[in-house]
Amino acid sequence: MPSDHFIEFRNVSFAYGERPILKNISLTIPRGKLVAIMGGSGSGKTTMLRLISGQIRPSAGQVLVDGRDVAGMSHAELFEHRRRMGMLFQFGALFTDLSVEDNVAFPIREHTRLPDSMIHDLVIMKLAAVGLRGTQALMPAELSGGMARRVALARAIALDPQLMLYDEPFTGLDPISLGVIAHLIKKLNDALGTTSIMVTHDVHKSLDIVDYVYFVSNGEIVADGTPQDIRSSPSPWVHQFMWGEADGPVHFAYPASTSLQQDLGLKGNQHD
Amino acid sequence: MKRSTIDLWVGLFVAIGIAAVVFLSLKVANLTPQSADQTYTLYADFDNIGGLKVKAPIKEAGVVVGRVAAIQLDTKTYRARVTLNLEKQYTFSRDASAEILTAGLLGEQYIGLLQGGDPDELKPGEHITLTSSALVLEQLIGKFMTSFTGSNNKSSASGAQ
Amino acid sequence: MTELLLSPLRRLGHSTINAIWRLGFITRFLLAILRYSGQSLLRFNLTIREIYFAGVMSVIIVVVSGLFVGMVLGLQGYNTLSRFGSADALGALVALSLLRELGPVLAALLFSSRAGSAMTAEIGLMKATEQLDAMSVMAVNPIARVVAPRFWAGVISMPILAAMFNVMGIFGGYLIGVVMIGLDSGTFWSQMQNNVDLHYDVVNGLIKSLCFGIAVTLIAVFEGYDATPTAAGVSAATTRTVVTSALVILAVDFVLTAFMF
Repeated sequence: MPSDHFIEFRNVSFAYGERPILKNISLTIPRGKLVAIMGGSGSGKTTMLRLISGQIRPSAGQVLVDGRDVAGMSHAELFEHRRRMGMLFQFGALFTDLSVEDNVAFPIREHTRLPDSMIHDLVIMKLAAVGLRGTQALMPAELSGGMARRVALARAIALDPQLMLYDEPFTGLDPISLGVIAHLIKKLNDALGTTSIMVTHDVHKSLDIVDYVYFVSNGEIVADGTPQDIRSSPSPWVHQFMWGEADGPVHFAYPASTSLQQDLGLKGNQHD
Repeated sequence: MKRSTIDLWVGLFVAIGIAAVVFLSLKVANLTPQSADQTYTLYADFDNIGGLKVKAPIKEAGVVVGRVAAIQLDTKTYRARVTLNLEKQYTFSRDASAEILTAGLLGEQYIGLLQGGDPDELKPGEHITLTSSALVLEQLIGKFMTSFTGSNNKSSASGAQ
Repeated sequence: MTELLLSPLRRLGHSTINAIWRLGFITRFLLAILRYSGQSLLRFNLTIREIYFAGVMSVIIVVVSGLFVGMVLGLQGYNTLSRFGSADALGALVALSLLRELGPVLAALLFSSRAGSAMTAEIGLMKATEQLDAMSVMAVNPIARVVAPRFWAGVISMPILAAMFNVMGIFGGYLIGVVMIGLDSGTFWSQMQNNVDLHYDVVNGLIKSLCFGIAVTLIAVFEGYDATPTAAGVSAATTRTVVTSALVILAVDFVLTAFMF
């Protein structure tokens, strides 16, 4: 029986060589919900998405998707898992040598044996869902940043995935495009019943649309809760992140091993 | 660019490539009909073949009638056995002779055939018995020297000995 | 003092180990390409597209260079041969130099700088813009979909380009020797035909260019796939493709020549 938790991290750690990225993370994401993982740059958010998609394996712990350990999947199982999953990359990652239509058709052509006319109709429907019907013949270079992100979204949902991963979907967009993407993410989540995970550092827009939030800092979960909980959270960390304060629990200064006087070559106390 | 246009260009590219290879094979290389049914083989033994090489031409009265197919050393007689591939249309009598000649002073070496008067013809696989060896320049100079210095040939520089 | 002496040694050791590590990696990469080649050969339009970009787009530079190399061979060959009174052998000289060495080697060098560098840059940029990641997340193997078609396109294009180079070079030699200097046209061709052997010269030359095609394209796709996914990383990988290809072409040429001729 599939558990109600579609995704579950059990004491997951991950390190690139000696450098720890994630430290003993445990979290659950319920089926059909839209969940955001927030945190500063380099806090390990994207690493969590890559663990779910099976691009990397945890150094310790388990990542369960629909009750199955991603790291334990065989090659064929992993491909099957990815076929039921869609991912929107930070800058869209559209194939620059293919037209919009071929981009959206790409996963359909690779994984099904549908006739060309049916693929064409599917592409039109997916593009209409993101409001870009009529752009089929354009090349990715001819699209604005917001349009490229929407085409990438159409491509990600081409095979009606059960799980959607969004990697920084709002980065580098103007406020209108940002609003459009946020609206689309919410709409698709509700309409398709997809479980969605969004990695972002845009707090305010995300809090408007998501069901639950995890805050990650230095590879650890520092806070979590519904948007209402987060808005009223007493945590100084959440407060600093929400209001973009320069100093707080996250220090402004890099922890240098030498003092400023030493670096400037001034005579003075060695230990500052 | 449309896919069909790309197909056309690639097709043209491959076709020109094949044409280039055909040109190289037919016009540049000697793709002469050397198949077994149009040639026959004769053998000739020489004392010394000098610098003769496989594929060297065989000429009769200056006309190319075949090519050297192989060169081996006969371990019984210690003479060089040359396999000659000759075109079928040219036949030679039993007393035909073969000699190794040089084109120009330093040019490539070839086999010159001289038709004899015997009415019997050489059959494929038979030997040309009358042969004369290559002219080796060092030997020639040696002989020249000895004929001039006369009686004393102790200091002869001949490479033949 | 010892540090001064040891540090070049240490660097040498480090770069040797690094080179061996890369050699192992590139071998594994070649095996992966071969293993996932089925798709690129079944869906041959993927490969045809890459033949267009690698092969057809290189035709102009190969043809023009071939013509000039042939003309230079004609001039220099005539000057040298006429000193020994054997200007008649010009056709043979031009054809043999082109078929055995210059055609395959120069066409491969041109191919690596025209098409190889473009392949590296393209794959490197696809990696930098997460297109390869996007592909594998869509359960499509990038080696099968992106790398293998390019590899086969290069392997197919290289002998064709070398043959074109040879033909143009011989034509260039003919222009200089016969049209400009006034050698006898019949002698030019017959000298060539008497001295060029189909198997020994033409086929061996094509085998050479096939080997170069495998080496150059493998280096190009490998460097692109292995590139650090940044602007600086892609440009460094592109440079490495051209430099490594040139060295590998000449080294492989030496080995093949030693075996063949």
